[in-house]
Amino acid sequence: MTEQHTYDVVIVGAGGAGLRAALESSKRARTAVITKLYPTRSHTGAAQGGMCAALANVEEDNWEWHTFDTIKGGDYLVDQDAAEIMCREAIEAVYDLEHMGMPFNRTPDGRIDQRRFGGHTHHHGKGAVRRSCFAADRTGHMILQTLFQQNVKQGTTFFDEFYVLDLLLADDRAAGVVAYELATGELHVFRAKSVVFCTGGFGKMFKITSNAHALTGDGPGVCYRRGVPMEDMEFFQFHPTGLYRLGVLLSEAARGEGGILRNKDGEAFMARYAPTIKDLAPRDMASRAIYTEIREGRGAGPHGDYVYLDVSHLDPSVIDQKLPDITEFARTYLGVEPKKEGVPIQPTAHYAMGGIPTNVHGEVVMDAAATVLPGLYAAGECACVSVHGANRLGTNSLLDIVVFGRRAGVNAAEHAAAVGHAELPDDPAGAVTRMLEELAGHPQGERAAAIRADLQAGMDNKAGVYRTETLLKDMEVELASLRERYGRVWVQDTSRRYNTDLLETVELGFLLDLAETLVVSARARQESRGGHSREDFPARDDRQWLKHTLAHRADGGVKLDYKPVTMTRYQPMERKY
Amino acid sequence: MDVTLRIRRFNPEVDQQPHLETYQVPADPMDRVLDLLHWVKWNLDGSLTFRRSCAHGICGSDAMLINGTHRLACKVLVREVGDQVTVEPLRGLPVAKDLLVDMEPFFASYREVLPYLINDQPAPDAERRQSQQERERFDDTTKCILCAACTTSCPVYWADGKYVGPAAIVNAHRFIFDSRDQGAAQRLTVLNDKEGVWRCRTTFNCTDACPRGIKVTQAIQEVKRALLFRGE
Repeated sequence: MTEQHTYDVVIVGAGGAGLRAALESSKRARTAVITKLYPTRSHTGAAQGGMCAALANVEEDNWEWHTFDTIKGGDYLVDQDAAEIMCREAIEAVYDLEHMGMPFNRTPDGRIDQRRFGGHTHHHGKGAVRRSCFAADRTGHMILQTLFQQNVKQGTTFFDEFYVLDLLLADDRAAGVVAYELATGELHVFRAKSVVFCTGGFGKMFKITSNAHALTGDGPGVCYRRGVPMEDMEFFQFHPTGLYRLGVLLSEAARGEGGILRNKDGEAFMARYAPTIKDLAPRDMASRAIYTEIREGRGAGPHGDYVYLDVSHLDPSVIDQKLPDITEFARTYLGVEPKKEGVPIQPTAHYAMGGIPTNVHGEVVMDAAATVLPGLYAAGECACVSVHGANRLGTNSLLDIVVFGRRAGVNAAEHAAAVGHAELPDDPAGAVTRMLEELAGHPQGERAAAIRADLQAGMDNKAGVYRTETLLKDMEVELASLRERYGRVWVQDTSRRYNTDLLETVELGFLLDLAETLVVSARARQESRGGHSREDFPARDDRQWLKHTLAHRADGGVKLDYKPVTMTRYQPMERKY
Repeated sequence: MDVTLRIRRFNPEVDQQPHLETYQVPADPMDRVLDLLHWVKWNLDGSLTFRRSCAHGICGSDAMLINGTHRLACKVLVREVGDQVTVEPLRGLPVAKDLLVDMEPFFASYREVLPYLINDQPAPDAERRQSQQERERFDDTTKCILCAACTTSCPVYWADGKYVGPAAIVNAHRFIFDSRDQGAAQRLTVLNDKEGVWRCRTTFNCTDACPRGIKVTQAIQEVKRALLFRGE
């Protein structure tokens, strides 16, 4: 039995973007939030360092400098109109959160305290600026909790542990979604005038990643299968300071508070790569610097494959008050005492700059002409506005989710007020039913876990920090073979209730689709820019490649298209720090 | 090394009663208990069911009973628990399948205490001011990740599932002691109920269980004191 529900707006995902959208939408329209996790389990909660806004509470600052930093940090692939909006609205967004109860750290005079963060500068790069608003090193946790609390207050309707597996379209507009209820195995059809995807990232296509197990790109995957292109998928951020072997994030806040990266000789090597701001260089540069140190034999440990994040020289009270969580991670998972010794770290797959293409209103756009698909919205990491361009600056993700989550929520509700429901297609749940029957239809074979492990190892080795034509071509071939294995996958759990075995298999399918868009987009882009670093094309090439990639699903693979970058007032310059 | 891992299994579609199953799992002392569970699910039995997401102690999905104490499976290393590990679902909540419990009673108690900022005064253009001391006053209880380890460790809660429980009180505390909040009276009225804060018998199980190191029992005592000195 397929149950049917009717809402004005359906929001998919309940991290920061989804919850922020829900606060706006549920005030204006009948809204349901569908989430595969309990909302407070969302990965927004793992964000640590802060959220930048030019409040100028502790030193001179303005949002125009923040805009410049965002554009330069994104290696000029940022859509400049979107960055201006984000950095201007950042200030109001921080005050909004504070008014909702967000427990920011405070200055001695009771204002919101601010600290330094990678790539954030005053006077267009003259020096680091204190711009990041924070709550110790659990800023994301506090934002997620605060937004969830406000949704509880507002009585938002949640469907927890429901997995959205299909997007329904009719007459070229959104008509609803199909969701799988974990507890029962039943399918639910949600009819809606507006659908907002806020499902987060897809870092689980990599092995060493800061991402949660849940981050499998279901939202972008669902949209891609229904004809929505994926924008700028080749730009994936590797965060420089992942806990060795585990990839657990150690916030850039550690360096914002004065932490230093050191190689096996104890040398503070960032001074050689970014003479002006050193350890506060943006993430793509710091990750490449670490890889270079390791490759040139200056990595530490028995295999020479990590470097140290050193905070041992900081005042112990700063560590306890401003970096308590990340120092505890080092103690818990590596048995290292950060007050006394360096913490072994390596770059970790962290953030997708690319995703579902949207305009600044959160509306999903379908092509290079920016044609809107009415009723379809996206915000947060699953979306590509693009405010992060080729490399996101630290703290701009928490900012992105609240600014564009709010915009998507308002616009989705206003759209719903202006139109009627689209007719549902015949047998709306049919495609999902057939997919699940097909996946569960093999009485034996290879488990999804084995295929996923090979995908992750392949992506780490061939589509990671450094890429080449040979590596990417290899990965394309490997993906074809992984896909073929996936066609014969074995789901061992045959039960209806809480069948996480089946859902992990479904999730792997989305990862495979998205990995293919990433690899094909990366292979085509013959330049190095931000998070996309080609050893065979080491320079940025603005003449040919100052443009966004659009990866469309086509018969037998991926078809690429391109669209221009929106420029307002900043012409590309060499990116030095 | 090899770990002997015993897991309390229950499939509601087949089993009348839960039962322990034993697995031999190859492990490194630095592995998490969560890694052991994944090893079983990904190599031996895909039907093993549990919740997890972030895998580093911040999302609160994988609280369970590990060698008799409530902990997050992603925050306990093999070297701490040794080569004999028994994993069971949280106590006091209905088991849905294997290690996965129905969390709804837990969240229902959470919602009862009005866990959100209440302040009907018009907000200023910028931030509401709050001193560093005022901010520090409720810092500890902002760390809660709603994993339920504390509430499900409480003997009072085991005996009476209507008791609002430590986690809900922690989340009430977070707002009662926030200088910007004006809802303390409403929350204290809820917690003065017969299923409220007075059920606490200060056994400190909750404090021991908290994976975030929150001084849960102390927070409960502070709420009791706020009730005693209410209106003075």
